Parts: sequence; structure tokens; C-alpha cells
Amino acid sequence: MRFDCISNKWVNMKLNELVTNVRSKNAGPFWITIDVFCGSDTAYDTLNKLLSTAYVAAIYKQPATAMKRFELPELNVLKFSFPRPVVQGSRYDRDMHGAQYSVLLAELELPGDVGNQ
Amino acid sequence: MATRVLVPSGVLGLGFDRQALARGVAMNPDIICIDGGSTDSGPFSLGTSTSKYSRAGCKAEWADLMKARHQLQVPLLIGSCGTCGADDMVDWMFQITEELALELGQTLKVALLYSEQNTDSIVDKLHTGQCHALEPVIELDEKTIRNCSHIVALAGAEQIQSAIESGADIILAGRATDTAAICAMPIMRGEHVGAAWHGAKIAECGALCSTNPISGVILLDIDQHGFTVQPMAVDARCTAHSVSAHMLYENSDPNLLYEPGGTLDVTQAQYEQLDDRSVRVTGSTWHEAEKYTVKLEAACRTGFQCSIIAVLRDKRYVNNAQLWVDQLSAFLKTEIHNSLQLTDNDYSLEFRLIGVNSVLGDLENKPSDATEVGVLGIITANSNELTEELAKLINPFLLHYPLSQNESLPTFSFPYSPAHSQRGELYEFCMNHVIELEHPMDAFRLHIKQVGQHEAQ
Repeated sequence: MRFDCISNKWVNMKLNELVTNVRSKNAGPFWITIDVFCGSDTAYDTLNKLLSTAYVAAIYKQPATAMKRFELPELNVLKFSFPRPVVQGSRYDRDMHGAQYSVLLAELELPGDVGNQ
Repeated sequence: MATRVLVPSGVLGLGFDRQALARGVAMNPDIICIDGGSTDSGPFSLGTSTSKYSRAGCKAEWADLMKARHQLQVPLLIGSCGTCGADDMVDWMFQITEELALELGQTLKVALLYSEQNTDSIVDKLHTGQCHALEPVIELDEKTIRNCSHIVALAGAEQIQSAIESGADIILAGRATDTAAICAMPIMRGEHVGAAWHGAKIAECGALCSTNPISGVILLDIDQHGFTVQPMAVDARCTAHSVSAHMLYENSDPNLLYEPGGTLDVTQAQYEQLDDRSVRVTGSTWHEAEKYTVKLEAACRTGFQCSIIAVLRDKRYVNNAQLWVDQLSAFLKTEIHNSLQLTDNDYSLEFRLIGVNSVLGDLENKPSDATEVGVLGIITANSNELTEELAKLINPFLLHYPLSQNESLPTFSFPYSPAHSQRGELYEFCMNHVIELEHPMDAFRLHIKQVGQHEAQ
């Protein structure tokens, strides 16, 4: 949690307040890939425990079996890749470059004990 | 001995720092390589064989690169000409090159590497079991192949090497992997194969692997043990982190990169910060595949589109936008059936609520607190005439449809007249496959031409 000076309250942290950057992009027309740059060993350890394959798959409404998860401790990066729910640029695609998928992870509200120093 | 590759930017048309280019030229590279394309903007470019970037913008940048090449007397190479790398786009780049050769007073040998595939040969590959689906599997049959407007194969290092070996001053390649254009010469000259592919992957987006992405220009030194990468802009730096992180970019696997003829594996790669600006990488490996394959990209036309947009500002409508659009959609379905005798298979009509969930659709998990909501109607059918007819039928209801029956007729905002816009043809990517080749050049063609002052003689 962190203290929010505007509302004068303790609030749960959002994932993007803990990490350096979250980005998503097409990896070719048929895949989305999301990189979470944790920025520190502590943030990496916290998110490595929290962001299980099943948990992230549920956020993106994908079967857990379709979600690939990579741990890169030397970079403090967690990476997730899954087949695009709709092929890039096809009739029902809403995000040509796939760059907005990252928002759902970036805005994820973390449990109350994350960020307590 | 190392092979020095200058990469001016991630793609021709995106712009680069001219001073950084001059510094790169002063470093005496052995080749200048730039990428000309990507699937990233969608299937339209390949579907229609047109460039995403403006001709004038590409020509202005290409002029600077041709001058740099002339000064250095080394090859200048572009891969995936004109965004999609179809044959027409190689010819488009050739035309630009031809014009510039005359304007700049240069006489040049130009190699044109064509990547486009004819449908019969791909059908043949499918029937003989030499066409394989990649994950995720997209169904492919003969009909789909014959429906494609353009099919290209992605050239690897071998095909680019054939073009370099011709001794051409300028190489215009059709669709190629971003990396192949950069690693072809270093591999040809006996540098470390894993390092060449890995260095190429790091440099393929220009300065995106540095701390100043928009500066563009990157210099790559590939030798027999590894590679060194440094940015050419004064205020840019390559760090072990910025370089290693780039391997993740637009790549579904952080350690493996599948390429024609093999796979790059960076699991054991070591990144060493040499000085403030440059990074040394060793330990990357190349696993040669048992069979030589190249990946295909194809686009087929799946219909025509027309869009129409209305904006809601009235608070009650903004707050009930989803309910309103659901009611409107149900009403229109009946209206379209009654007026045009169309069923669900004949057309699609989708309303996306900009300000509510137009980007993420049913993945959106936040309530909207928008002041206004844009209602983007997307109409798809099998002709321009039909989409326009549908747009005109929809128009008065999108403008006036009430939330309840007992209220005076509302009127929303149309931003322009007419309210609808023809979007023309809709294309879709329809292949995620590789084909086997006995010889790398089997699916590619190389033409050599002369341009410049001697041309007219």
C-alpha cells in the first residue's frame, strides 16, 4: 500500500507504480507479447509470485494453456505471450499494434501488502 | 577482422538524425542496411501492394543514404521494400532509385530480389506436404491460397547474400526477415553466425535498442566471437539492459528467434558494458534447421467497409451508451432485413463505443467516466455499393434513435457531411505457414539492372 496525499488515505498500489515499464506489442500478426520490466529484484520477486500463468490468462480471458510465461531474473523481466484473440487487422480487431493490451496489467491493483516497506 | 554494419533507422520513412548518420559514415562501415517494411500496420499494405509511408518521405531519406553510399563506396541494402515487400514495391523502390541516380549524377548497379510467390507453387507445396502450419494454426486450403491477392516469402541470409554477391551497389530486396538484411554480409565474410543474427536482431529497429530511440542510427561490429553495438547520436547510449531487453521486442519468445534455415538462441548470451555508450555481446548460438524453410505472409480480401461516426454528449445518453447501442443494433437488424432482405451472413454491423471500451472490448474492466462517447459504426459487406447503402440506411437512426419511446426525438452530433466514409477493401492475413525449399533461391528471383547516366545510351 501507499499513502495517497490527495485523498488522504492508504490505497493499494497499481502494478505500474511498482515497475519501470509495461509494454505490449504484436509479435507478428498472430501473437501478442507483453513485457513487464520490474526494475528491481524486490519488484521482480513480488510479481513473479503474483503473476502466475493462470492469473494473467484470466485477465486476458485466455485459457491458461495458451499463455506462455517467461521468467528473466537477470533482466528483472516477466514476459507473457499468447495467440491474438483476433488476428491483427481482421474485421473485429480493435488494436492494430496490440500496444494497448499492456494497460490491463499496468493498471492491475496489487494486494494490500505489496509496497509496504 | 570485423564486419561493420551501419543501420540508419528501424525503417525507411520513419526519419533519422542526419548528424548521427554523418558520424556513422565517418566510422567507415562495410555496408549500410535499412529495413523497409513490417506487418505491424496490418494487412492492407500487402493486400494492395502499396507502401504505408509516403513516397516523398522515403525518397528524401533514400537520397541521403545514396549519398552516404556514394561517399563510402560500399553496398546500400534495403529489405522488405515498400512496407510489404511485394514485387510491385521492389519496382517502386527501383523507380525511386532510378530517379535519384539521375538527380545525384550516380551510375549504379542495382540488384532486385523478388520475394512474391505464385499461387500455383504454394498450392503445390500444400499438396506435397511441404507447407507447414506454425502456432497458432490457421487453416489453409487451396481455395484460401487462390483467394490471396499477394503472397510473399520472407527471405533469409542466403537470398540476401546472393544479391550482395552480384556486386551490386544497391540491393532492393522484397520481403525479408528484418534480421536477414543485416546479418547477410557478416555471415558471408565468415563472422560468428550466432553473433551476426543476434546483432541483427538488436539493430533491426535502429536506435530502439538505445536510450534515445528516435535518433535512429546504430553501428554494429560483428566479428568471429561476438558483436559490439553503439548508437551514433551523441546523446544516445546503449546499455547492457537496453540491448538485452531489445531481444524481447515484438518477439513471442525472449530467447529464441526462428529464422529461415535455423534458430537463434540467446539463452547463454553475455552482455558486457564496454564503455558509456557501447555493449559487447558474446555467447549467442545458431542452430541450423534440418530442413530449410521460409515463412509466408499472405493477405486476402474479405470484404469492403464503410464507417460512420456519431458523438453522444447528452449526459443521459452518455451514461446509457451501451444500452442505447444494444437497442439500436437490434432495431437496425430488423430494419436492414426488412428493407434490403439481408441476413447476418450478408453483412456485419458493429458499433464501438469510443470513451467506453472501443480498444479493449469485453476485456475492459473499468467503468467509463467519459463526458462524451463516440459511436463508431463499422459496416462490412461484399461490395462498396452495399456498404454505402447500409450506411445510408443506418444514418437517420444513428442520428435520432431514442432511448425510450416516450421522449422527444434526440439528435446527436455528426462531425461531418456525409456522416459515412468509404473505407474500401478489407484485407486479412490468412497464412501462418512455412514452406520447405530444396535450395534457398528456389522461391526467389534476382534481377540486376544499371541506372544512372549510362542508362540512356
